[in-house]
Amino acid sequence: MNTIELKTDTPIKIAILAMGGQGGGVLADWIVEMAEAAGWWAQTTSVPGVAQRTGATIYYLELLPEAAANAAGRPPVLAMMPTPGDVDLVVAAELMEAGRAMQRGLVTPERTTLITSSHRSYAVGEKAALGNGIGDPNKVIDAGREAARRLMCFDLQAMAEQAGSVISASLFGAIAGSGALPFAREAFEDTVRHGGKGVEASLRAFALGFDAAAKAPASPAPIDTARPAPVLAERAAAAEVQALLDLIRADFPVAAHGMLGAGIARLIDYQDVAYANEYLTRCAAFRALDARHGGEATDWALTCAAAHRIAVAMSYDDVIRVADLKTRASRFERVRGEVGAKPGQLVYTTEYMHPRLEEICGTLPAGLGRWLENSAGFGGFVKRHIEKGRRVQSGTLRWFLALYLVSGMRRFRRSLLRHQVESAQIQSWLERATRLAGANDYALAVEVLHCRKIVKGYSGTHDRGDKRFAALMKAADELAGRPGGAATLARLREAAQADEAGHALDAQLGQLMRPQTQTPVMSRVAA
Amino acid sequence: MAERSFKKEVEQLRIPAGEEFRGEGILAITKALLQSGVGYVGGYQGSPISHLMDVLADANEILDELDVHFETSASEATAAAMLAASVMYPVRGAVTWKSTVGTNVASDALANLASGGVTGGALVIIGEDYGEGSSIMQERSHAFAMKSQMWLLDPRPNLESIVKSVEDGFELSEASNTPVMLQVRIRSCHVHGRFITKENKRPAFTLKQAMEHPVRDTGRIVLPPASFAHEHEKIQQRWPAAVRFIRERKLNEVFEGDVEDIGLILQGGLYNGVIRALQLLGLADAFGNSRIPMYVMNVTYPVIDEEVTDFCRDKRAVLLLEEGQPDYIEQNLHAILRKAGITAHLSGKDVLPMAGEYTTAAMRDGIEAFFKTQAPALLATHDAVAADEVAAAVQAARPAAVPITFHPRVKDLAGVVPARPAGFCVGCPERPIFAAMKLTEQDLGEHHVSCDIGCHLFSILPPFNLGATTMGYGLGAASSSAFNVKSSKRSISVMGDGGFWHNGLTSGIANAVFNKHDGVIVIVDNFYSSATGGQDIPSSRADNPNRATKNPIEAAIKGAGVKWVRTIDRTYDVSRMRDTLEEALTTTQTGPKVIIAQSECMLNKQRRVKPLFAKAVKAGERAVKERFGVDPDVCTGDHACIRLSGCPSLSVKDSGDPLKEDPVAHVDSGCVGCGNCGEVAEAAVLCPSFYRADIIHNPTGLDRFMGRLRGAVIGFLQRRRAARLARTAL
Repeated sequence: MNTIELKTDTPIKIAILAMGGQGGGVLADWIVEMAEAAGWWAQTTSVPGVAQRTGATIYYLELLPEAAANAAGRPPVLAMMPTPGDVDLVVAAELMEAGRAMQRGLVTPERTTLITSSHRSYAVGEKAALGNGIGDPNKVIDAGREAARRLMCFDLQAMAEQAGSVISASLFGAIAGSGALPFAREAFEDTVRHGGKGVEASLRAFALGFDAAAKAPASPAPIDTARPAPVLAERAAAAEVQALLDLIRADFPVAAHGMLGAGIARLIDYQDVAYANEYLTRCAAFRALDARHGGEATDWALTCAAAHRIAVAMSYDDVIRVADLKTRASRFERVRGEVGAKPGQLVYTTEYMHPRLEEICGTLPAGLGRWLENSAGFGGFVKRHIEKGRRVQSGTLRWFLALYLVSGMRRFRRSLLRHQVESAQIQSWLERATRLAGANDYALAVEVLHCRKIVKGYSGTHDRGDKRFAALMKAADELAGRPGGAATLARLREAAQADEAGHALDAQLGQLMRPQTQTPVMSRVAA
Repeated sequence: MAERSFKKEVEQLRIPAGEEFRGEGILAITKALLQSGVGYVGGYQGSPISHLMDVLADANEILDELDVHFETSASEATAAAMLAASVMYPVRGAVTWKSTVGTNVASDALANLASGGVTGGALVIIGEDYGEGSSIMQERSHAFAMKSQMWLLDPRPNLESIVKSVEDGFELSEASNTPVMLQVRIRSCHVHGRFITKENKRPAFTLKQAMEHPVRDTGRIVLPPASFAHEHEKIQQRWPAAVRFIRERKLNEVFEGDVEDIGLILQGGLYNGVIRALQLLGLADAFGNSRIPMYVMNVTYPVIDEEVTDFCRDKRAVLLLEEGQPDYIEQNLHAILRKAGITAHLSGKDVLPMAGEYTTAAMRDGIEAFFKTQAPALLATHDAVAADEVAAAVQAARPAAVPITFHPRVKDLAGVVPARPAGFCVGCPERPIFAAMKLTEQDLGEHHVSCDIGCHLFSILPPFNLGATTMGYGLGAASSSAFNVKSSKRSISVMGDGGFWHNGLTSGIANAVFNKHDGVIVIVDNFYSSATGGQDIPSSRADNPNRATKNPIEAAIKGAGVKWVRTIDRTYDVSRMRDTLEEALTTTQTGPKVIIAQSECMLNKQRRVKPLFAKAVKAGERAVKERFGVDPDVCTGDHACIRLSGCPSLSVKDSGDPLKEDPVAHVDSGCVGCGNCGEVAEAAVLCPSFYRADIIHNPTGLDRFMGRLRGAVIGFLQRRRAARLARTAL
């Protein structure tokens, strides 16, 4: 047998991870076209299948100079799929897809340039959570710093949008700017031009991606996921509002200033200055309590929790509020911006409303509302004739005036049934927190205040929140005086937001109510 | 046809002889059919071979010029039966489908075809939907070749080899009077490569000639006594003829190496992966030069005994790389070697995975394990001569010794990288059907739901989590047939329009009528066979000059005897959809309750409507665009709407409000204004956050007048309120 002489040329190996519809295929085709035009062999493969429908998919390319094939006297044999640890360039069209590439082992510290867009396209599991289900993006960047030879991470989606193009164009630019492929910028741009569709916009997006990559730092900065802390305004135009600001500055610890400022802003907007004043009075009670029970050591956790949760509770979402928010000029402007309306175009909005007996009675004077709510005849009439979906065209005079009138009922709000119901709930909730704090159960009192966060939404969603809140308050009473009570209540609160049907909460409550059950057992269930 | 044009691809079918074709594998096969003088082509679309059907459907002109008949078959069984034209006449025919599912459906016709045998070349091109990217059960088509005795080609995955195997396939079929299956894997179908073309050929014998000069021979018909004779004929004549042809034409390939006593035997389709695996072990290069000799089976059935014995005779050990299970070839090789008294050691699935896709990494590990026991010296060479230039390159080409996946930070990703289940597209008309079903569940409790094959099967995934089984295309209703006993709840079956015309009309609807089934059947009529790429079907609404469309499903169902039929012509009407479902589940009428839920597939609708809209706007015509949005200050961040939708354009974002820590719902610019979010929010009584915005392009004089009038009144009131708020604002 003849000795086999092995050639040393190896192809450049590229993996592109994208979600269906992101144009991963376009990007792969561009690279192939560019490489072929420059006299290279190029092969691309993919497994689109059902992944095209919103799933994640991968495109794989190998490039080899044609001169090498000519020298070898035979065409190259290129692989159909990436091998973990054997990829030179990994391109991810979304941040979590970069994470997936690392999980698949495609990124390796000796070899791989990893270019990823930092933007997020949330998966259904993240979006469907009852609270906040979004994954921590910095875990991907942390892993990328370790796993890749070079990590580049910037918002290529925003660049594409800025240029009026799509992400495949800015990604292509980033690949060019990274220098990971042996082709000149002109070769990339000629390929885009040759495509012939939306060339100018694509080239703009390409240029943005190119510059970002060319100037990319050796290691990308972490993504700032912190929510900006609210800042207390220095001055207010109205004297009565200024008085509130002064009161906050004089009587409250600095830690709570921002939240209190946000609170009074919300409540003035919601009702009036007097209402905000009422809010500060409630908060002041907790501030005094806090001072007596070591608030200084906990950075005024009780005061801060009160400042946050009482403001939200007092600005409960009622029909008046919704009508108010829907009819504001600022809202009309925001909608125009969001739908990208151009000057000269008209925009009309249609609201989807579904008034129920509870909402109608809630918007009546307390006595009348309660009487009608209990009246079988009226209830039946409403259910038959009024309780149905309403398409409210808020840009037409008829509907706008109707909504405007409803929003004008703000001035009577304090006398309406809904207000009475909400106030009673708030009262009993705050009394419970006050009682616990007074009984040296400071942490539990803080947690009781935070529990209010699960009361939100409208109609059925609101009712569900109400019921679970009541269950949590009952549990709080049980937990009073027990060691680790606050931590247990926090876990219960998380469980209350774990699933729509409430299975997690029921399971945990079941554990809690069992006699002699200690908290360590609960923590195992929680884990 | 689907509103997507394959003009560019069709042009590639016209590339003159001797020029280079560059493109996708499946398109190369299409070109190869024309180069082989095929007389007719049929098939049923499905990944990964949809493109073959799509391109030919747009290639009328070429097909007419060449006298080739192309047909979109009603099912794979129809396509397989179409090959009957090649039984008596020397006309070449090719059919294609997704396998193994399509082969399952086709197997009755295929078995009859294979029994009687063929005169003209009969080629079945099967897209082997196996491994990553597959959407079906993981099985091998190999078994069908064995049981009906059809030859199975599995060429090396480069366009030249694939194209050659189409041409070889027809000739092999004719030389052995046996239908031939050409297997192409998912990645081979989608691989971009090149080959040198030949002239397109008109069929030597046309269908017209056949019809005008009919021939019959009862000896070819599967009926005793001929059927008994067929079996003997298969063994005595057709098999030896095939073996002769395969050997003479060297369809299988032997690549020499410089290691003499070791060898690899592999399926052609695995060739590129095996070369890469050897490369990673320092035993091959990027051009297919391998130190280890290889016997590449471009024909995987039948196995050619003499070729195997020739290859193994002087070897100490050979390794067989055979993807999938059962290990038919491995068992066959053992028998061949034993009968021939050859002592070479045969390895296979003892070192390679028994089941699952043979990825490059899996094959590298298997080959390495094989060498470790059979020829350890081979693995040591490159490390020992590290100074050598070849070894250095090999070293560079080797992947990291310790995979990065074990790094703690990479392991940590498991907690944040989310699963991305496939789901309904933006604006999909099937979403509201399942949102309504979810609401029905809230009212009437959970029901047994039988699913079918099609986009609607995504209902089994989050956020809907609806559906218990799927038994095959068009079999949604059939798979509920046992649930036909007295019960307080009825079963619900779902079936798509594609599945309905494929077989569901008989297997599901007629069966339910005949057996007096009391269940509810929902037929999702979205105007196309959408999951496979939006091809037309009998009930499509498109004007298709080559097909008879617009045949209503309702008429077919009534013809089959269904009495209770409700047609909902706008699935986005969630309340109506829910009420109809509830009526179907509670009515006292006996017999099947069929709901036809109609709305056009949004993907195809957008392709159709978008250019028309842009054109109208450009021409200055009044045009209204609808888009949905969420008022972030009204939304409370509970996401109940998302749990009833899962629309990709319905997402979340930070509220921007320090008091609202949970992200609020947000509709991104991908929204096509289908209306589902608003309808669901209304039907489920969720919240008033959603709005629909109608953007009027090129408003008329009346529009502008009304706009000014409304603006004056509304603006006045808004300014009044804004002034009050501004006075006390912070």
